[in-house]
Amino acid sequence: MNNLNEIRAKYTEQFQQKSKRARIVVGLGTCGIAAGGDKVMEAIKQEVAARNLDIDIDFTSCIGMCYREPIVEVALPGMASVIYGDIFPDKVSQLIESHVVNKQPVTEWAAMQIPEGRTEYDGIVTMDKSAYYEKQVRTVTSRLGRTNPESIEDYIATGGYEAIEKALSMDRLAVIDEVKKSGLRGRGGAGFSTGMKWTFVYNAQGDKKYAVCNADEGDPGAFMDRSVLEGDPHGVIEGMMIGGYAIGADEGYIYCRAEYPLAIRRLNLAIAKAEKLGLLGENILGSGFNFRIRIKAGAGAFVCGEETALLNSIEGQRGMPRVRPPFPANKGLWQKPTTLNNVETYANVPFILRKGADWYAGMGTEKSKGSKVFCLTGKINNTGLAEVPMGITLREVIFNIAGGIQDGKQFKAVQSGGPSGGCLPAEKLDLPIDYESLGAVGAIMGSGGLVVMDENTCMVDVARFFLNFTQNESCGKCIPCREGTKRMLEILTRICDGEGKVEDMDTLERLANVIKTASLCGLGQTCPNPILTTLRYFRHEYEAHIIDKRCPAGVCNALLVYKIIAENCTGCGACRRVCPVGAISGENKQPHTLDTAACIKCGGCVSKCKFDAIIRG
Amino acid sequence: MSKVTLTINGKQVTVPAGTSVLDAAREAGFFIPTLCHDPANPGFGACRLCVVEIKGARNMPASCVTEATNGMVVETESPAVMQARRTIIELLLANHPTECLTCDKNGDCRLQDYAYRYDVRQASFEGEKHDYPLEDSNPYIIRNMNKCVLCGKCVRTCAQVEDRQVIDFTFRGFQTKVAPAMNTDLAGSDCVYCGRCVAVCPVGALLYKPMAGKARTWELTKKQTTCTFCDAGCQFDLNYKDGKVIGITANTPGEGRPLCLKGRLGLELLYVDKPLTPMLKKDGEFVEVTWAEVLGLESVFEKLKAQETQK
Repeated sequence: MNNLNEIRAKYTEQFQQKSKRARIVVGLGTCGIAAGGDKVMEAIKQEVAARNLDIDIDFTSCIGMCYREPIVEVALPGMASVIYGDIFPDKVSQLIESHVVNKQPVTEWAAMQIPEGRTEYDGIVTMDKSAYYEKQVRTVTSRLGRTNPESIEDYIATGGYEAIEKALSMDRLAVIDEVKKSGLRGRGGAGFSTGMKWTFVYNAQGDKKYAVCNADEGDPGAFMDRSVLEGDPHGVIEGMMIGGYAIGADEGYIYCRAEYPLAIRRLNLAIAKAEKLGLLGENILGSGFNFRIRIKAGAGAFVCGEETALLNSIEGQRGMPRVRPPFPANKGLWQKPTTLNNVETYANVPFILRKGADWYAGMGTEKSKGSKVFCLTGKINNTGLAEVPMGITLREVIFNIAGGIQDGKQFKAVQSGGPSGGCLPAEKLDLPIDYESLGAVGAIMGSGGLVVMDENTCMVDVARFFLNFTQNESCGKCIPCREGTKRMLEILTRICDGEGKVEDMDTLERLANVIKTASLCGLGQTCPNPILTTLRYFRHEYEAHIIDKRCPAGVCNALLVYKIIAENCTGCGACRRVCPVGAISGENKQPHTLDTAACIKCGGCVSKCKFDAIIRG
Repeated sequence: MSKVTLTINGKQVTVPAGTSVLDAAREAGFFIPTLCHDPANPGFGACRLCVVEIKGARNMPASCVTEATNGMVVETESPAVMQARRTIIELLLANHPTECLTCDKNGDCRLQDYAYRYDVRQASFEGEKHDYPLEDSNPYIIRNMNKCVLCGKCVRTCAQVEDRQVIDFTFRGFQTKVAPAMNTDLAGSDCVYCGRCVAVCPVGALLYKPMAGKARTWELTKKQTTCTFCDAGCQFDLNYKDGKVIGITANTPGEGRPLCLKGRLGLELLYVDKPLTPMLKKDGEFVEVTWAEVLGLESVFEKLKAQETQK
């Protein structure tokens, strides 16, 4: 097969036929399944069988609105697709009865509708006008929630493998030039120019070269790569093929963490289907280009997301970073020239080839082009996946897309870039999201995790949390990272326990600076960021812990004292009954008292009291 | 061979291309401390004690793995470098037993040398210290992992021994430890006690058991000798105390130098006037046998005897 014209026409026809029939699509990404999507799927199948309906049932991956999972799409011929959120099995019958049988969408359950040229319903917001999607762009995520990720037919029908066909007709250097011109920078966090990296590998001498995909997404609260792999595995494969062709590699590895079984399953399936069509293997599309992809499941070490540790791990060695130089571009996997790119980076490449570098460079800021996928987590209303143009402000992402802070509370900080990133305060909310702006304020773009914290979050406790993570995940090779993170963690723990000393802040700063400048790899060089940024923007909280022996956010248990405010107490006895250690006493309808010496600070009484009569602080 | 010229602490230094900044600096007479650097096994870059400031570099690179280039401007003891080194030494001391008074390595310990040079008296961090049990379950090597600084020299040296690779790093973070597979002791591993690991250990984590507790390092006089057991010609130091050899220190192993157990233990025979009768295990019991039998030279002896009787 020398081109895909024939099968593309066939699959496109098939794909268009789908929308001419009634269909129900269930979101079965990991988030959908975790919320019970597979049970919903089962219920739909039973309901459809029981009613003997003539309707197609399909599945897709996460569309991005994780907070509305399980998500179900219902589409009638000629009518817009309606995306329903929070559809649990008990709602299935009514949904089908109303929307499929009576052709009346259940407006109050609908999250939005996607017209795509079909007739719109009244009373349901369209996707491009919905609060969640209005400010988003959908490039890398464009197939997520819209196609069946296990269907190569869907992929090809939606422009898939057009880019590799185009690339194969181009000179290798022209492909690299196109990527360079697009301004695409590494989406794994460091932001190195992808085109430049490919040039280095192209120029490196070697009889064998490799294209490796870093899918070892390890930041707490990050799931961009998982969502892309689960929702558009062929997109990543095609990106790798283009990269492989450009640098002269004939073999690729995807290093995916074993904790992503669904992503690995869909990747395996996608590779098998692409091989069957001759899109992977020998002499691809008659071009003479050979390319095969293998998957290496990582055993879950955070440090294996560092490129040289990742290469060691593929080689079967302990996941410990190597010194650079030599860089992987010259001596990478098995000492051969290797390009290492992140999932999202590869996923961007087919779009750049198809739509052109100028189109891509038209999005974003001067130095950060294109779009970036973020994972919105923490104390926000809308948890999920969002793809935004570079240069959008943190405020727009947090307050428009993510819907602001839960329960109307105050925003306190946002952690950008995971354990290697920094905590930014409210003053920085109008910062545009791009590599340079985030770096300048002590945070990093990172792979795209945004953890939002509210007024009830203690910043010292947050720093302690991230340090605990990096200490556990330090590979142990270099002294500053291995021993330094341990001591910083001990100091932070002491401060949270109310045993902090004034000089601890200086010691933390000194340790942080040495670890940042003297560590071997990116893990050590960035792990002090949470401490440095919290010390910079939330120093008063450290001082409150150390000097006043007080945790302003009411989180650090050792510093909390529970008190009953007599005026507010009605003597209902709810707190007395819930207290597990009998620390609360009092007569009914009389103000109660709390024995602070006996109190174990479990917080049970506070959550039971309906009269705000118990305070901790 | 092409040369490069760089500036180290204001001094122009010209070295062959490919030389590390560490070697260039040392050649020019500047001191740079190292724990993990092994000239026979370079490129690990883990201890970070050898960090230097290089103009234009983002961070402080480790000089042992940084190639000297033309026009490079290097500072080996700037305030930032000194702070990093002191902090690293402090971090090591914070997790190191303070038993130098009775440590066999006292006087021959890199950590001690560097703490002295950089005037680090004690760590300013109080916290958890490792409390591993002392491992002396074999007759040759004592492993005290509480003193280990995880420089990895033993791991890399062992990896170069044909068929061995007995030890490696295990666990992560603060719990990282050098151990044989499954975190057993050496006695339960494939270790043949060649002792190369002991030869490269910069601190008191690995000790040669036959010498342990016999002498302070400064009481020893060393005399280099070449082992005669085989053709490899390994170099050993004989350690004399009061005129008597009490043990051998193997010189750093290099290519084609086995530094085997035999050469090292052959010393035990030095003060034996009459060799003991050899023993062989027969049917599960050790029985006394002749030297001819144990050396497998019975037929040779018989032929010699036959020659003698013929005369």
